[in-house]
Amino acid sequence: MSELFALHWPWALAIIGMSVATYATRVSGLLLLGGVEVRGRMKAALDAVPVSVMMAVITPTVLMTGRPETITAAIVAVCAYFKLPLLVNIIVGMVCVVTLRHVLGG
Amino acid sequence: MSSSDFAPSFRQGVKDIAPVMVAYIPIGLLWGTLAAGKGFTALEAMLTSVFVYAGASQFVAVDMWSAAAPALLLTFTAIVVNLRHCLMSASLSRHIAAVPKGWRYALIYIMTDESWAMAERRASQTGGLSFGYLVGSSLFLWPTWFLTSFIGAALGKSLGDPAAIGLDFAFSAIFITILMGFWKGTRTGAAIIASALAAVAAKLWLPGAWYIMAGGIAGVAVSALLYREGEA
Repeated sequence: MSELFALHWPWALAIIGMSVATYATRVSGLLLLGGVEVRGRMKAALDAVPVSVMMAVITPTVLMTGRPETITAAIVAVCAYFKLPLLVNIIVGMVCVVTLRHVLGG
Repeated sequence: MSSSDFAPSFRQGVKDIAPVMVAYIPIGLLWGTLAAGKGFTALEAMLTSVFVYAGASQFVAVDMWSAAAPALLLTFTAIVVNLRHCLMSASLSRHIAAVPKGWRYALIYIMTDESWAMAERRASQTGGLSFGYLVGSSLFLWPTWFLTSFIGAALGKSLGDPAAIGLDFAFSAIFITILMGFWKGTRTGAAIIASALAAVAAKLWLPGAWYIMAGGIAGVAVSALLYREGEA
């Protein structure tokens, strides 16, 4: 049981470093823009952050893995267009990708 | 703000994020088992998830882990993998005027890709974020992640390949669904295409996780270029 709860120094150093790094990236945007009134071109740029970051995050999976993933992504996008609930889309995505991997041998 | 304002938006946030919370369970278990495989105790696995709380960089870290944990390299990698947070929190900062100032710095600590995406969607639909919604849509993901990390590490053995049941696609499905809610015409399409092209190029030619920043900055740059004076 004590093995489950042991702590080690190399672990602690790495985790402290990673924690500080991660919080710094999270808080940086607040510190940079906190209280600044954003208008015009700057607003247009920031308004594009959600779609740009989300698309970039999923690109390796949905565009660079294989046909099953790309086709499934298109199917989920159509489901989302018709405003199906998130949980439904997750299940559709999982079922489609597994099925297509079997069918297409991806 | 009275508590009667807080409760309904808090409940709406919890309701919106509930499917994501379900998706965190197997991924947290999986991360815990991988960490245990690299010699993390269950407590170490849990505290990593409490303090670092960043799925992508935790998976990368476990992959890079060796007996003498390379603290500096892991720290630098965490910065690279999480640089996108800078763009994300900069965008989010415009919608949190209703959130008490001290709470902003606490709640940004538990911002994840998924809770941020949900909050941005809410802001685009209702024109701002309430304190209650921001807490409701982010708070419970945190214990879900660190408790499942503990359980996964305590179980220690692999739970099988998540790809076998399509779990590896769950987060793509979450992002695609939220992404579609942002469609506002061809300018949105231009940002999405620019992001995808830059991410593909960066993934092919740059090491590590630079593709996220490459795509993010490309989409933002194209949107700034396409802006014309006098628009809303």
